[in-house]
Amino acid sequence: MDNTLSLVTFLPLIGALTLALFLRGDDAYARRNAKRVALTTTAATFAVSLLILVRFDPTDTGFQFVEEAEWLGGFTYKMGVDGISILFVMLTTFLMPLVIAGAWEVEHRVKDYMIAFLVLETLMIGVFCALDLILFYLFFEAGLIPMFLIIGIWGGANRIYAAFKFFLYTFLGSVLMLVAMIFMYAEAGTTDIPTLMNHPFGTEDFDILGIHVSGGVQTLLWLAFFASFAVKMPMWPVHTWLPDAHVQAPTAGSVVLAAILLKMGGYGFLRFSLPMFPVGSEVMGPFVLWLSAIAVVYTSLVALAQEDMKKLIAYSSVAHMGFVTMGIFSVNQQGLDGAIFQMLSHGFISGALFLCVGVIYDRMHTREIEAYGGLVNRMPAYAAVFMLFTMANVGLPGTSGFVGEFLTLMGVFQVNTLIAVVAATGVILSAAYALWLYRRVVLGDLIKESLKSITDMTPRERAVFAPLVVMTILLGVYPALVTDIVGPSVSALVERVETARADVDGVARLALGGE
Amino acid sequence: METVILFAPLVGALIAGFGRRLIGEAACQWTATGLLFLSAVLSWVVFLTLDAETGRVQILRWIESGSLATDWAIRMDRLTAIMLIVITTVSSLVHLYSFGYMAHDDNFREGDHYKARFFAYLSLFTFAMLALVTADNLVQMFFGWEGVGLASYLLIGFYFRKPTANAAAIKAFVVNRVGDFGFALGMFAIFLLVDSINLSDVFAAAPELAETTVGFVGFEVNAANLVCALLFVGAMGKSAQLLLHTWLPDAMEGPTPVSALIHAATMVTAGVFLVCRMSPLFEFAPNVLVAVAYIGAFTAFFAASVALVQNDIKRVIAYSTCSQLGYMFAAAGVGAYPLAMYHLLTHAFFKALLFLCAGSVIHGMHHEQDMRNYGGLRRRMPYTFWAMMIGTLAITGVGIPLTHIGFAGFLSKDAIVEASYMAGAPWGVGLFWILTAAAVMTAFYNWRSMFMTFFGEPRGDKETHEHAHESPPTMLIPLGALSVGAVLSGMVFFAPFFGDDKDMKPFFGIPHEVSAAGGHGDHGADDHGDHGSDDHGDHAADVHDGHADDGHSDPAGHGGPAQRPGEGAVFFGPGNEIMHAAHDAPTWVVVAPFAAMLIGLGFAYLMYIRRPELPAQLARNQRHLHLFLLNKWYFDEIYDAVFTRPALRLGALLWKRGDGGTIDGGINGLAMGVVPFLTRLAGRAQSGYLFHYAFAMVIGLGILVTWFAVRGA
Repeated sequence: MDNTLSLVTFLPLIGALTLALFLRGDDAYARRNAKRVALTTTAATFAVSLLILVRFDPTDTGFQFVEEAEWLGGFTYKMGVDGISILFVMLTTFLMPLVIAGAWEVEHRVKDYMIAFLVLETLMIGVFCALDLILFYLFFEAGLIPMFLIIGIWGGANRIYAAFKFFLYTFLGSVLMLVAMIFMYAEAGTTDIPTLMNHPFGTEDFDILGIHVSGGVQTLLWLAFFASFAVKMPMWPVHTWLPDAHVQAPTAGSVVLAAILLKMGGYGFLRFSLPMFPVGSEVMGPFVLWLSAIAVVYTSLVALAQEDMKKLIAYSSVAHMGFVTMGIFSVNQQGLDGAIFQMLSHGFISGALFLCVGVIYDRMHTREIEAYGGLVNRMPAYAAVFMLFTMANVGLPGTSGFVGEFLTLMGVFQVNTLIAVVAATGVILSAAYALWLYRRVVLGDLIKESLKSITDMTPRERAVFAPLVVMTILLGVYPALVTDIVGPSVSALVERVETARADVDGVARLALGGE
Repeated sequence: METVILFAPLVGALIAGFGRRLIGEAACQWTATGLLFLSAVLSWVVFLTLDAETGRVQILRWIESGSLATDWAIRMDRLTAIMLIVITTVSSLVHLYSFGYMAHDDNFREGDHYKARFFAYLSLFTFAMLALVTADNLVQMFFGWEGVGLASYLLIGFYFRKPTANAAAIKAFVVNRVGDFGFALGMFAIFLLVDSINLSDVFAAAPELAETTVGFVGFEVNAANLVCALLFVGAMGKSAQLLLHTWLPDAMEGPTPVSALIHAATMVTAGVFLVCRMSPLFEFAPNVLVAVAYIGAFTAFFAASVALVQNDIKRVIAYSTCSQLGYMFAAAGVGAYPLAMYHLLTHAFFKALLFLCAGSVIHGMHHEQDMRNYGGLRRRMPYTFWAMMIGTLAITGVGIPLTHIGFAGFLSKDAIVEASYMAGAPWGVGLFWILTAAAVMTAFYNWRSMFMTFFGEPRGDKETHEHAHESPPTMLIPLGALSVGAVLSGMVFFAPFFGDDKDMKPFFGIPHEVSAAGGHGDHGADDHGDHGSDDHGDHAADVHDGHADDGHSDPAGHGGPAQRPGEGAVFFGPGNEIMHAAHDAPTWVVVAPFAAMLIGLGFAYLMYIRRPELPAQLARNQRHLHLFLLNKWYFDEIYDAVFTRPALRLGALLWKRGDGGTIDGGINGLAMGVVPFLTRLAGRAQSGYLFHYAFAMVIGLGILVTWFAVRGA
């Protein structure tokens, strides 16, 4: 059996164990070695993951590199990737070395910090590869712990509050998911995800406590999973943990949170909600579309009012995730392709934007927009990089940010024009808040005394940004790199959902002005 | 060759943008300029050797998703070729001009390396603009569309230390985004209806769209009208038409060469280009065409009225641009696409000329832009004076009435006015009067600028006037070249744009014989090339009624479809005989714009040469009108009150009340209650405790999973 996937998943954990067991002391050497081990491990993980990508066959819409082993008490260890998940694995392995390199200046409990990130990487990759419900749940929930620690230990002044808020929101969401999973196991008699994806869960309408449930069991299961994934995304109105978490998290934590952790929600919708509960999704689809459209407009407006850079970018993230959920629940090729593309692209762009904040935070130790102004005078390279990612965030064609927004909006337009129109106004608002932020921080004359001696990006910082710049432009100019891999799997998914829906006729959709 | 034209400016931009350390500032400037001249020469070769067939050059795959398949590709037809020469010619001259203009700039300090950056932006702009006009599908056009927006943003805010420049840059980008919002929705609608956004597929489906109704935001609307209306919103944004025009005057914060290139000759004409490019679609959306024509005409009128009283020389020309773009839309709106392109071409020359002249004056006057501080400059800047004179003669439309001899604007603008009159009563006649009134004002404000700048006694700072100087050759050569264009382009290109069928149709690649048989017998194959010399009097006025009323939905009534949509560079729907009818305008209509010019000139002469005290008196007597015009009809104030400030207030409200109050406090009151509780539990909240919690979580999770697994077994 091919064990490459397990290798990719657990390589970071091996690195973490190595650090935990063999690295002693906390002097400068130890700290440097910890970083080196972490960087080497993540780089090696990326290299191995490339081997998977190269051998991946996009035309095969089933799972590839499948590994299956019996574990304790009938619990199965099953891993595998398809066109939808493989790129998330790649995104994770690609970003982690950059995250580690970006955290090079950290001096507080370095060894623990590196271990946290390495463990986190294993858990994140595991989420995208797991093909067994229990395994998935394990990875999914356990991922909270290192992130909780990263915020709680290395975070800002109000970190404890933020860490608990983050943990509670995401954990409470998952409790419902766990209940649903137990139910699914009872019903289908298996925890095997590929089998469950073809299992027809009940769609008979029924009433509980006087409430009529259209779509029956599927709708309830869908709602249970939705509770977990919606918080993770995060969707309006359960997004308020994210700005706090971002603001308090250290730079590297923010990058991982925005670039990878948020994508687990979207991935969950694609892996569970749509294929397993197609009718539930149909019933609740318009509801999600409206939540997404509201999210886009609402959070964009809120972003306009922000005075803290990280908060602004966090709100902007929520808006961009709104496009993702919108694309997913328009359930057509463009919408889904766009949603996946948007998630990957947002990984690069938001990651880069948080790193941009990190660059000046490291120098000035403040995230207040007011504290800056005129940075271009002393930091031209920084100004150029920040400009690029600002434009990418705004969705300028030629950057990866455009393709995702374009495709998701195109997908939604086919389902409901009004929602597309409402969401498209986000394109105007995003230009307003992003350019205004850029102006206040970078442009203008350099007047503030404290900034007079600020220095431009170091070679290390440039090296961290370079791959992100390349990916943002490359995917913007040649998106086929992604769509070729994603396309066949997505089209198979769309087909499966449509067939399943055709078998069940006449479910009442939630009446929310859908056309 | 097309590929070289397209990518040479990009290469130039990259070299100038990133190569300064390697090859030095001067080399960067020369490389960018050299590559643009190469582009320009090749463009002219392409323009002159273009064959009738629409060409296509595939470059790379782009966005693909299901049935959506778009490429990076070049579409070569007459429309593209016209835009190519306009863009590369003006751009290369502006590059050259910038050597002189940007040599020393007080907005920068010792040690600022701004020149290479400036050239990089100029070249980047040119690339984006070329990508726009060579697009063979709408998404690529959108790439160029937003790309020029980016370049425009960067160049308006080029003086990054100036707060006003930064504000203007953001305003330009955001207002343009409002237009782009419409453009994007137009694309989505097209894809929904046609299942493709490649131009050729869209054109082929156009007649069908005219018969389709589609649900949009809860309304049932005609598909062709919907799509065209949405696309036109995009055009309004980019071309600064009424309601979305507010960014253009502010864009004058950028260096003057930028104003000449982007905000006069090229980018702002993209909207006109879009309407002409999509003519196969617009021809099937008669209602939208009427709106296009009227918005164009109102813009022409509005902008000209504002230009009457502005004192900043660049703002006058900016409003003038806005106004002239209105003329182009009016032409496109009546279906006279060749005339819109004709005016686009001539306007590019004389408006770029006017801007560069203004730049030359500003340069010579040490960045003084207020015309109230000019006066008598013709002696100090003779070359600039004569160039500006040519530009003014061109824009105001000086020529010999009832002949084809005259400056560029005389031929192209007058043709539009004639076409508007012939577009069918009563709406065409209405257009005609609005445009003629705008022509009076056009003449007035242009001559006003001339008189205030170059005639009379020097006003303002004495020192500045004494040091006023003529500009260096790098600036004067482009003036000379553009002057040639401003004089000749109207006459040289008269036949292909506004000649009879045998000249015009092959030029645009439209099958000739077939179309001559179409509709209205007496306007068929007859020779109407004789510009306005024969007066067909009354019947001519209603000749185009059919076009306006039934909107070509009934091709049979006009003797069969003349031209298939997608054939040729522009499309005339069956029944669109405007290009013939325009030649039959009554003599008084033909002479009207010329008379309008004389009236405007007369008033300007009276008020600024004969009795210079008159303007001030008038401003006092008509205070409200004067303020109304001076404040640009209060659009900025209204938008600020209606959109900008409420959006900011709403954002703050949603944040504090929505996120802070309702969501955190209400719906998720649990979290708010529990979190502080747990935080207190954490006691002194030392980070060391966190490990215990984490450990507890792991245990909990472990128990859960074990129970799960054991029970499952």
